Amino acid sequence: MNRRRIKSHSDLEKLRQEILAKRDLQKTRVAICAGTGCLALGAQKVITSFKEELKKQGLENTVEIRETGCPGFCEKGTIVVIYPEGFYYLQVQPGDVPEIVEKTLIEKEPVERLFYTDPITNEKAIYEDEIPFYKNQMRLLIGDNINIDPKKIEDYIAPGGYSALAKVLSEMSPEEVIEEVKSANLRGRGGGGFPAGRKWGTTRNAPGEPKYVIVNCDEGDPGAFMDRALMEGNPHSVIEGLIIGAYAIGACEGYIYVREEYPLAVENTSIAIEQARDYGLLGRDIMGSGFDFDVKIFRGAGAFVSGESSALMSSLEGKVGAPKPKYIHTSVKGLWNKPTNLNNVETWANVPLIINKGADWFNSIGTEGSKGTKIFSLVGKVNNTGLVEVPMGITLREIIYNIGGGIPSNKKFKAVQTGGPSGGCIPESFIDTPVDFDELTKLGSMMGSGGMIVMDEDTCMVDVAKYFTDFLVDESCGKCVPCREGLERMSEILTDICEGVGKEGDIELLEELSVVMKDTSMCALGRTAPNPVLTTIQYFRDEYDAHIEEKKCPAHVCKALIEYYIDGEKCTGCLACLKACPEGAISGEKEVVHTLNTEKCSKCGICYDTCKFDAVIIR
Amino acid sequence: MDEDKIDEIIGCHGTDKSELITILQDVQAEYNWLPPDALRHIAKRLHVPLIEVFGIATFYKSFSLKPRGKHLVRVCLGTACHVRGGPRILETAERILDIKADETTADYEFTVESVNCLGCCALGPVMVVDNEYYGNLPPVKVERILRKYGHTSSSSSTSIKEEKS
Repeated sequence: MNRRRIKSHSDLEKLRQEILAKRDLQKTRVAICAGTGCLALGAQKVITSFKEELKKQGLENTVEIRETGCPGFCEKGTIVVIYPEGFYYLQVQPGDVPEIVEKTLIEKEPVERLFYTDPITNEKAIYEDEIPFYKNQMRLLIGDNINIDPKKIEDYIAPGGYSALAKVLSEMSPEEVIEEVKSANLRGRGGGGFPAGRKWGTTRNAPGEPKYVIVNCDEGDPGAFMDRALMEGNPHSVIEGLIIGAYAIGACEGYIYVREEYPLAVENTSIAIEQARDYGLLGRDIMGSGFDFDVKIFRGAGAFVSGESSALMSSLEGKVGAPKPKYIHTSVKGLWNKPTNLNNVETWANVPLIINKGADWFNSIGTEGSKGTKIFSLVGKVNNTGLVEVPMGITLREIIYNIGGGIPSNKKFKAVQTGGPSGGCIPESFIDTPVDFDELTKLGSMMGSGGMIVMDEDTCMVDVAKYFTDFLVDESCGKCVPCREGLERMSEILTDICEGVGKEGDIELLEELSVVMKDTSMCALGRTAPNPVLTTIQYFRDEYDAHIEEKKCPAHVCKALIEYYIDGEKCTGCLACLKACPEGAISGEKEVVHTLNTEKCSKCGICYDTCKFDAVIIR
Repeated sequence: MDEDKIDEIIGCHGTDKSELITILQDVQAEYNWLPPDALRHIAKRLHVPLIEVFGIATFYKSFSLKPRGKHLVRVCLGTACHVRGGPRILETAERILDIKADETTADYEFTVESVNCLGCCALGPVMVVDNEYYGNLPPVKVERILRKYGHTSSSSSTSIKEEKS
C-alpha cells in the first residue's frame, strides 16, 4: 500500500476517513486469531484451509480473511469470528472449514456445534458478549485484537488509532501530558506498580541529553503472556503510547526490548515500526510538529534477570544483563548513563486511552490506589484458560469462577499464585480479596506483571516453593551473595523436604534465610525471591509438616514420597499399562489382574495416564 | 567456520560494542551454536576482549557453546506448564532420547532443552520441536511426536554432555 506522510491532525483524520470509505461493512469477513497460542493449536492450517476453500468456491474476492491478534480465549483456539454476523466459533479445526464456508459464508446459517456451550446449562453462546469468559471482563486494551491485523497499520488507524498522538502533538505541551498521566494515577504494570507519571517527570527533569524511552517486553515471569499478546496482537497501541511518552519526556530515541522466546512479537513489531515510519508517525518532524523520535527493536537473549530495569539497560549496551545497585535511579542515570524512562508494554498501551478519554475517566475505573484495568494470564488448573482483562478491584473469585469457569474435573481449588517468582500463593480463605497492587501485597504476594496460576488439590505447595526457588537459582545473576547463596541453600532444604529427608527446624531455617535475603539482596529479584517460600509456609504449613514429619506428600506429587500400585478390584487385565510401562515393572496376563513391582517402578506415571479404568492408584 | 559469513553478519550491524548480542544471535542462527573461532573473530572485529564475548555467550541462556542437534526439542517448564505436568514431559523426552536436558544425542539428531516460559501458558504443558508447538500434551504422545522428526527406538543411546549449564 502506498503510504503518504501524515503532516497534521487533520491529515490523520482524512486518512482515517479514506480507510473507512474503502471498507464495505457488509462485506463478509473471517477473522482468525493468528496469535502464538492459536498458531500452536494449528491456526495456520485453518487459515490455509479457508484460503483454499474460498478459492474453490470462487469467493476469494468477496470474502476477506483477516489474521488477527490474540483475543484471549486460548483454551478454545483456534478462534474464528465471522462478520458482519459476529458468529463466534471456537476450537475450529481445518476439517471444519468447508462446512463453515458452505453453511455460514454462503447460506448465512451458523454452524452451531462450533459455538461455546455452557458446561452446566448446555446453552449455546452465539456472540462474543454471550460467552461468560468475555462477558465478565472489561477489555479496553485487548478487546480490539480480533479486529486488527497487526501487520496492517490501517487496521489500527481505522477505529481511531494515533489520534491520541495527534492530540498531544497539536494541543498539549509535554508538561501537560505528564500532568495528565500523573492525575490518571497510572501505575507501572510490570510488577513494581510505581506511578508512571512521576517517573516520566523525573526523567524529563533529570540533567543530561539525550534522554531515552524503553518498552520492556522481556516478559520473563513464567506463566505470564499478556505483554506478548499486546506486542504481537496490537503493536501500534504500544508504539503510540511510547511516542507520546517520548514527547512528554523529551526523548528522541527509544528501544523496544523483546525477549527472544517471542519471535512473532519481534516480527509484528518490526513491521509496525516500518509502517509507522512510512506514515511519518516515527522519524523526523512527526505529524508536522517538529518533534523527532525513532525506535529500535532489541531481541533479548534469554535471561530472566534482564527484565530488571538496570539489567535491561546493560543488556542494551551489549553487556551482561545483570542489575546494578540503584543509588541513583535509571530515570536519572540509565542507558549510557543518560536519563532513561522504562515502562512495561501494558503501561505504554494504556497511555493513548488516557489521553483520548482523560484522566477522570481512567480514575473512574478501579480501586482507591490502583486505577484502570489489568490484564492477567489466567492459567493452570482452571477451565477457561487465557488472557483476561478486568477492572482493578475485581475479586479473585470472580476471575477464577465467573470468568475462568472454576476448576476442571470437579477438583478442589487450593491456591492461586500471582506475581511470578516474586509473588506468592494465595489460599482459598482469601479468594474474595479484591485484586489490586496493595491488597495482594498485604497477603505476602504481589500483582506482578499479571500471571495468575490456579492450583488445585493435586498441586503440592512444597513442590511449588521448590519450583520457584530452583527457577531463581537458575536465573540469579550471581552478583550478590544473599541471593546467590541464599537461593542455593533454600533449594537444598526444599529438595530434602520433597525427598523425604527434611528434618525438624528446616522451616525455621527457611524463614531465617528469607529475612536475610529480603534485607540484604541487591535487586528486587533477590529481595522478593523468598515470597513463594514464605507464603506457602504461612498458608500451607500442614503440607510442609506432612512432608517432614510423616514423610508424605498429600498431593501425591513428590516422587520420593509416593508409590504406584494396581487396584485389583478395578483392573480388567487389559494389558494397556503393561505394554506402556517403560521399565517393565508391570506383570500379568490378558484378563488377569496385573501387578506392579514397586522396586522396578520409576514413578513416571505413564501407567496412571494409560489406564482407562482408574485402576492405577497413587498412595 | 566461514570468516566471510561472520564478517557479512557484522557488516549488517556495524562494529559498535552494543551490537555484540545481536551479532552473536545472528551467528548462532547461522550455525546453530557459537563456534569458538567465531567468538575470537567477533572479539577482534569489535575490539572487545574475548573474555567479555565469552561472558555474554555464557550469561544468556539462548547461546550454546556446543554444537546442537539437527532438531531442538524444547520443553516448557513455566509455572502453568509445571502444574499441568511439564516436568513429566521433559522426563519422557529425556527417557526416549536417552539424554538429559541440555544434552545432544550422539548422532547429533536431537538436543533437549528446558525453557522457563514460552508464553503459551494457556496450553500447558507445551513442547516445541524446531519451531512447531505441541500444546496440551500428554506424556504418552511425546514418542509419537519425536518419531515424526526421525527418532527410532534404535537411535544412538550414548550422549554428549553440554558443558554450559
